[in-house]
Formats: sequence, C-alpha cells, structure tokens
Amino acid sequence: MTDKKNEKGSVTLVVFSSEMDRAIAAFVIATAAASMGMRVNIFFTFWGLNVIKKKGGLIRGSNWMQKMLNVMNYGHARRLALSKMNMLGMGPKMLKTMMSKKNVPSIEEFIKTAHALGVKLYPCEMSMTVMGLTREDFIDECEDVMGAVSYLSEARESSVNLFI
Amino acid sequence: MSEITVDKTLDARGLCCPMPSVKTALELERMGPGEVLEVLTDDPVSKKDLPVWAESTGNEVLDIIEEEKTIKIYVRKA
Repeated sequence: MTDKKNEKGSVTLVVFSSEMDRAIAAFVIATAAASMGMRVNIFFTFWGLNVIKKKGGLIRGSNWMQKMLNVMNYGHARRLALSKMNMLGMGPKMLKTMMSKKNVPSIEEFIKTAHALGVKLYPCEMSMTVMGLTREDFIDECEDVMGAVSYLSEARESSVNLFI
Repeated sequence: MSEITVDKTLDARGLCCPMPSVKTALELERMGPGEVLEVLTDDPVSKKDLPVWAESTGNEVLDIIEEEKTIKIYVRKA
C-alpha cells in the first residue's frame, strides 16, 4: 500500500478544518480508499492540525501571540467542535453518543484504523511555524512534517484530491 | 452452487459504512491466497459496497446470502 505509483490510484486529502464532523468525513473517505488498496495521504493544515495534536500542552509556542492563539485554539482528536450546532460543546457530546450507539468510530479510533491501513498523516510545515508548533506536539501516528511542494507532488499523482 | 468452505468468519454486525469494507480488508490481509472469509453484516449498503470493494482489490465475492437480519458475504482472497 505504500509504493509511490499505486496501480489502484491514490487519494490526497487536505484537512484545513478542525471540526469533528469534517474530520469524520475525511477519515471515512481515507479508510474506505485505503481498504480498496489505494494510497492515501492526508495533509493537515492550519485549523486542521488540531485533529492530529497530542492531548495536553495548553500553552505552546514561543511568543505571546502564539501562546494566546494556541490557548484559544486548544484541541485534539477527542476535543473537536462541530461546524454546526456546536452549542458550547453540547453538540459534539451528543453526536459522540449518537455515533457510538451506531458503532461509528470516534476520530481517535479512525486515526488508529487509518494508521493500520497505511494511511499517511502529515502536518503542514507552514502552519506549524506560524503557530509555533513542533513535531512533538503531534500524535505518534503522524509522519514527518510536509511542505507545500511535497504535498503537490503527491496531489499531482492522485486521482482524488479533496479539500476539507 | 457447491458448498463454500469458510476459513474465517468476520462478525461485522452493528458496524456501518465504511467499517465492513475496512474490517474485511484488514482481515483478508492476514489470510492466505484462496482462503475464504465469511463476513456477517447487517448493513444493507455492504451488499453493494463489498462486491465493488472486491472488484477493485482483485478479490472475489463468491456469494451473498441474506437471512432475516444478517447478510452473509463470502469473499475469496486472490
């Protein structure tokens, strides 16, 4: 599942948003594609970085603006808002309950499954620099940091490219 | 159709899209060529999705048997 030119095709997703509902959509597509033998790369950028951040470490960054941004933007796989009906965090709680009743995996479970299927998760270098984040701020399932050129070289080879 | 010899059974009941295909893929990875996996599911979409999945991965769906609540899908690893 990992050779560069896969005859079954490849999928490249850009996850720009940090909302749980959007992240679920990304992981449903990613795991389904990987199960079909497609090569899957997910590029997390800007707010989307929250999806692959480690839990804890409220204060990150080196200057006061970065620290303020990271405190206000605190989030990780288990703590993501909804793009609609967030209701100060009640929305995600209710949706999580509804999802687990229907056996829909949580983001954390999706990350583990995706990783087992060989899906590659990349944090975006530029957003990390702006926000003062390092590789250590992200979960172990992540690959190395990726830049826009490397993303494009993957995207160019992919038949499915989505921006979420 | 002659009797299918099942090598392994995957209980994917209660799981919905895309998990039946995902679990099938993960399970087949651990099996040998020619072995048959029986997938139990109650997700009606799997009836359509698993044959499509099999076609795109080069595996083969031998049979789909619908019982009252459970759908049994037999997949042979290529």
